Amino acid sequence: MFDKTEVTLDELRHLISDRAVEGETVLLNMGPQHPSTHGVLRLLLELDGESVINCIPDVGFLHTGVEKNMEAKTYEKAEVMTDRLDYLNTVGNTLVYCLAIEKLVDLDVPPRAQAIRVILTELQRIASHLVWLGTHALDLAAMSVFLYCFRERELILDILEMCGGQRMMATYVRPGGVWRDVPEEFEPAVRNFLKTFPARIDEYEAMLTKNPLFLERTRKIGVLSREDAIRWGVTGPSLRASGVAFDLRKAAPYSGYEQYEFDIPTQTDGDTYARYLVRIEEMRQSLRIVQQAMDSLPSGPVRSNNRKFVPPPRSELGTSMEAVIHHFKLWTEGFTAPEAGVYVAVESPRGELGVYLEGNGGPKPHRVYWRTPSFVNLQILPLLSKGHLVADLVALIGTVDIVLGDVDR
Amino acid sequence: MNEYLQSVANALIDRHAAGLIEFRDQLSLVISPEDLQPVCLALRDEFSFEMLSAQTAVDYWPQQEPRFHMLYFFYSLAHNIRLGLRVPLNGNAPTLPSIEGIYPNANWHEREIWDMFGIRFEGHSDLRRILMPYDWEGHPLRKDYPLGYEEVQFTFNYDEIDQRKPYAKE
Repeated sequence: MFDKTEVTLDELRHLISDRAVEGETVLLNMGPQHPSTHGVLRLLLELDGESVINCIPDVGFLHTGVEKNMEAKTYEKAEVMTDRLDYLNTVGNTLVYCLAIEKLVDLDVPPRAQAIRVILTELQRIASHLVWLGTHALDLAAMSVFLYCFRERELILDILEMCGGQRMMATYVRPGGVWRDVPEEFEPAVRNFLKTFPARIDEYEAMLTKNPLFLERTRKIGVLSREDAIRWGVTGPSLRASGVAFDLRKAAPYSGYEQYEFDIPTQTDGDTYARYLVRIEEMRQSLRIVQQAMDSLPSGPVRSNNRKFVPPPRSELGTSMEAVIHHFKLWTEGFTAPEAGVYVAVESPRGELGVYLEGNGGPKPHRVYWRTPSFVNLQILPLLSKGHLVADLVALIGTVDIVLGDVDR
Repeated sequence: MNEYLQSVANALIDRHAAGLIEFRDQLSLVISPEDLQPVCLALRDEFSFEMLSAQTAVDYWPQQEPRFHMLYFFYSLAHNIRLGLRVPLNGNAPTLPSIEGIYPNANWHEREIWDMFGIRFEGHSDLRRILMPYDWEGHPLRKDYPLGYEEVQFTFNYDEIDQRKPYAKE
């Protein structure tokens, strides 16, 4: 079927220097199967001895055509694919997709559902930062941090499992609310986590923040200036570590974030250490939000009562003819959305996670576009890595905090 | 509606005869491809939209004029507002000026759009496929590209399905 079998050097000629062609510098492949690329990321490195002259990222190994597939499914059925994108931020992915649907069809969300969404998103943010912290430290040869981080992450995954029935891909957030109310054991589990976790953050900090080996590997490594960060559209902790206090939870609050009190941690150095400090502080701020949301958790329904978009509860099906009709219509044809597009963005652990959703009057989306933070943030890797050692490149891949499912979609 | 956003929109409508779409408080301007670079420059330097948040395309096949819409979403950190741009493009293989020189992160966005929709960007420094394998044929997010299964052809609809198949047309 295909005639071409390999990429020749000519096709990449515009990206590499003359010295590589003359054989003075070495071209080296890193990945796609490499433990420190955090997934299937391939980097073509041009090396002078041990220092990186240029780094050309090659992505797409995990491309699954999610955007195309979603166009072929009804709005609600397409949702199940959304939490497979960024598998460390599954609640956030489903949340932004549901917010886009709710905006497109103008659907209301009850306050209790909004608070549950916030609690789970913030817990998920902590879990995501824990995976980042564990693997980042592991890359820099601090083995034990990884084990501590995954111990606490498991507590959060247990909470997600008791709500949605699955540890990671629960598709718990649904258009118009959440799938069902949280179980009884939810509150004690979250309270217990809130009680134990602050001391655990101190534990990680005791292992890393003043550790001379860690400082040596992260300070002044991969400095990203404020101007470059903005020019390249970088968002999330990487932008905040360069001194820009931009957080969509404050800038354009959604799901009732305006009710909660929290700070946006920023640093000005823009190096790998600054990004570490920002993420550690973000975990503390997330705890504050969860604490407030738990204390003020309203009672009431967890899903909208608009039967044109939300299926009726099972109990009504035996007694109400309208419920049967709505149930049948929603699970066969699905609901329709107007011929218009909306762009909705939330703050994921990695930055601005946006969805452009366009309807065409029918029950299936005409176009779903995912603006994923990993994809945009990964572009700065060549900029960050120039002049650094190969060993530092490992730290830089960790500090950009990419999830390859999010990059390749 | 934000007053500043309204003034930016009015200025660009006056200057470039742009169209205006407003839906659920979100504002988009419709401009022609020739105006794209001046508008982007004005947005960045004059109206302080420092960030290109997202860039993508939408295919309206079988409609031909316009077949594609190119979409840009800009964000202004200084004013905390978002503005969309829509550029209608005619025909099956349109080209459009690259805005990589104005917003550097358009580089990968434009590579992705070339990969997925087959829209070419003039002046792009590195227009290679990004997500699909480098030797892939066709552009998957086009509406006339099948979802990956082979449709069963019967005698009564053989020609109809044959027309939809991805080979030989592009």
